[in-house]
Amino acid sequence: MKVGIVQFPGTNCEYDTQHAFAALGCETQILWHKEDSIPEDTDLVVVAGGFSYGDYLRSGAIAKMSPIMKALKAYAENGGKVLGICNGFQVLTETGLLPGALKRNEGLHFISRHHHLKVISNDNTFLRHCKTNEVVNIPIAHHDGNYYIDEEGLKQLHENHQILLQYTDEKGNINNPNGSVESIAGISNITKNVFGLMPHPERAMESLLGSNDGRRMLEGFLSA
Amino acid sequence: MKAIVNIFLKNGVLDSQGKAVQHALSGHGFQSVRDVRVGKQIIIEMDESDEVSAKEKVAHMCEELLANMVIEDYEIEIQA
Repeated sequence: MKVGIVQFPGTNCEYDTQHAFAALGCETQILWHKEDSIPEDTDLVVVAGGFSYGDYLRSGAIAKMSPIMKALKAYAENGGKVLGICNGFQVLTETGLLPGALKRNEGLHFISRHHHLKVISNDNTFLRHCKTNEVVNIPIAHHDGNYYIDEEGLKQLHENHQILLQYTDEKGNINNPNGSVESIAGISNITKNVFGLMPHPERAMESLLGSNDGRRMLEGFLSA
Repeated sequence: MKAIVNIFLKNGVLDSQGKAVQHALSGHGFQSVRDVRVGKQIIIEMDESDEVSAKEKVAHMCEELLANMVIEDYEIEIQA
């Protein structure tokens, strides 16, 4: 399996992401944002975390103007699989590949710690190895993770099983760190080939480092 | 020609920064403060002579990049 990882100026999770997918036996390639095409036979494109363009203007806003985003949009519209992690999630909402927006955390603090998440929808490639209502433990590290969507949009997310994960405590009770609507931590698009989440599954690959729950999530992308 | 763009969160979208500033001002004795909103201002120098056309271009810039229309509104003022 071939994974492309998008790198903007200010991206800082591309090598962790590369390490995580290499550990799963994938071939990986860093895709510099000035590229204007996605390499052929790429099975998954990950928009990695970090601070693209220093988060100037808004997180992910300037990144969406990069040449590679046009190619990525075409790739996604053609059914290609895309995963946005943290800043990658912000870039995908700014681009319009995912609905809603990510605002400054309600408490205004940057939050960096492990957080429990409850799996809401698993009828998709990404979370197919997780059970519904299962609680996983994944690190979060963000300043702008406060997911916003209007009522109509929220209704659609529910109807189409697009809510992937919610922030909870270890028992699965809602525990909202950043003010997100319905404590949403991750969503998919309606056709379930584009995924975005604020938590970092690529940082939860080894129990020695606190959790290996991210492994099962990323393994969803491996061919059956 | 100069364009001044003011960008604020839409009404109904919680402005956490505005609330924090409001709280701090009230705490410092500015009792008459009723509401605070924090936004951003972008000043653009343009080679344009026609005000209408300049405003149209800046509106396009707002929709494309300067504002996130999901959560923000913009206002444009053109100065000669």
